[in-house]
Amino acid sequence: MGIWNQRYETMPREELQQVQLERLQAIVNRAYENVAFYKRVFDQAGISPEDIRSLDDLARLPFTTRENLRDGYPYDAFAVPLRDVVRIHPSAGTTGAPTVCGYTVNDIHNWSELAARVLSAGGVGKEDVVQVFFGYGMFSAGFGFQQGAERIGASVIPASADDPESRITVMRDFKITALVGTPAYALSVADQIEEAGLDAGTLPLRVGLFGGEPWSEKLRERIEERLKIRAVDYYGLSEMSSPGVSWECDHKCGLHIAEDYFIAEVIDPKTGQAVDEGAQGELVLTSLMKEALPLLRYRTGDLTSLDSAQCLCGRTLARMSRVNSRTDDMFIVQGISIFPAQIEAILTEMDGSTPQYRLVIERHGASDELEIQIEVSERVFTDTATKLDQMKDRVVNRVRSSLGILPRVKWVEPRTLENLTGKGRRSIIDNRE
Amino acid sequence: MLRVRSLTTHYGGIQALKGVSLHVDTGEIVALVGANGAGKTTILNTICGMVPASSGEVLFDGKPVTNAAPDRLVRMGLSQVPEGRQVFAPMTVLDNLKLGAYARPRAEKKREMKSDLEFIYETFPILKERSKQHAGTLSGGEQQMLAIGRALMSKPKMLLLDEPSVGLAPLVVKEIFRVISRFRDLGTTVLLVEQNARASLGIADRGYVLETGKILLEDAASELLINKEVQRAYLGKGYRHVWE
Repeated sequence: MGIWNQRYETMPREELQQVQLERLQAIVNRAYENVAFYKRVFDQAGISPEDIRSLDDLARLPFTTRENLRDGYPYDAFAVPLRDVVRIHPSAGTTGAPTVCGYTVNDIHNWSELAARVLSAGGVGKEDVVQVFFGYGMFSAGFGFQQGAERIGASVIPASADDPESRITVMRDFKITALVGTPAYALSVADQIEEAGLDAGTLPLRVGLFGGEPWSEKLRERIEERLKIRAVDYYGLSEMSSPGVSWECDHKCGLHIAEDYFIAEVIDPKTGQAVDEGAQGELVLTSLMKEALPLLRYRTGDLTSLDSAQCLCGRTLARMSRVNSRTDDMFIVQGISIFPAQIEAILTEMDGSTPQYRLVIERHGASDELEIQIEVSERVFTDTATKLDQMKDRVVNRVRSSLGILPRVKWVEPRTLENLTGKGRRSIIDNRE
Repeated sequence: MLRVRSLTTHYGGIQALKGVSLHVDTGEIVALVGANGAGKTTILNTICGMVPASSGEVLFDGKPVTNAAPDRLVRMGLSQVPEGRQVFAPMTVLDNLKLGAYARPRAEKKREMKSDLEFIYETFPILKERSKQHAGTLSGGEQQMLAIGRALMSKPKMLLLDEPSVGLAPLVVKEIFRVISRFRDLGTTVLLVEQNARASLGIADRGYVLETGKILLEDAASELLINKEVQRAYLGKGYRHVWE
């Protein structure tokens, strides 16, 4: 479908590299001068911003990790004074150490521009009516799509996670043509359409942009079949742009990376060395335009591969393969990134010691569900059922308030979980396709 | 049209440019803004071959021209309007303009001189009125127009303008910038160096912010105009709100 920014999305790669070099040098200069963390790591590594004379020199810079961001919380990673930051999205972190993303006016502009590219490529134009099913609180994709659709001139309904009844009414009454949300939402919408006795083929729905959690080609086929739409994938992360790092075009042959905004590298997560083009490895992103939160060589933890061959759609931007796995044990439920360590911290806090537990993720029509199975310890076992229920409620409430997702908690018999895994106390079973 | 990669320049032991990269596409007006001493003029002079580059490269029209002789660059279509006008005061306006065509082949000059002069007079009617006067008797604004007219006489593909607004009255500045913004329609590419960030970003497509020999920002001119840092440092906005 549409190419939103003809100039940058179809720029000859050699010109694009000039733009990347200019922007890389500028952001390295800003990061070094304005962010104490970067000044320190540059100085320690014996590198000066002037040493970045070509794009290849990027590999000389140290990586930035999520831990670095956590250490910088709340303001230390910002490259501008707080009065220039117009929006702040904090996010819950492991063991009570949150991270934060800040945006200047220009950052918000750029974010909207990138979201507009994602939506245009997905087939959304100014005549479209878009229903955004992302929550607008805990994570930022909802805001990004909202701004992007408004930039395009489409009509947007910030449906968030409203009640299913009104969702279908709104969809029918406002002739929704485009859906944005998690793939699980797409399935639940399909269920509701059926329950309402409607035929998806008679609704004006045309396209859907889904992401926020991994989904397979098989699931894509099912969504397209059931909703009678074209379903496309996109990729983003709040630290860079969510959405807006990369997106699928008509040809669904990988996700085009916004290379005028980001330099993408794929490395071997163990050695930190670049892998050959086409080989799988960890995606490392360098932001080129961010003002409030410049990030150099940020390790995303997502596994992908790169392809810089020209695409049939006319875009010259390189493509990355769809992300389906990670280097660590982070998982995404209902669009929210969760590390098992975050849940472990909550369980430990409840009980004083860490119980044996298991996380089971299922896709249940309406949405993804996280079930926390906890072994009842001998000590707790002797307690009354009421006490167990109280503890269960406390775990549910704590997880909901700190991570923004409502889990199910199930007590299981002692010693039923420990032998299932050699990975210590935790194990994750992801039953989603 | 113009591409600069990691350019460094030294004056004696002092490093004036610390790895500057920038580009100007055909038909673009690009503004280079920055404080006094940031290295703006040095960039222009290094591109023009008047100051030697220590490292880095300059490409004009796809050809490497790092440290090329200024006259070769003029022949290739790159013309500079220097800071402070630098017109030849004892010569007439007409002779100043004719000198601008110095580097062009004689036959071509003969053929096109008349129409080129007409074009300059159309752009700056005041120069036609003053064509017989000595350039030294012109006002500052008129001298600036003459300097631009003289550069245009070499039929450049690209103009490098160094501080065209310096020392001029606001109304004259407005007139000069109106003319520069018209270059876009004429297909002349412009790299504009200015301390008057508001006026130059106002007519430019893109801009670069230069500080102590380094580029700190590159963006669409419209975005730079709303950048808080640029507003505070170069547009004089927000001082009333700054109390720390």
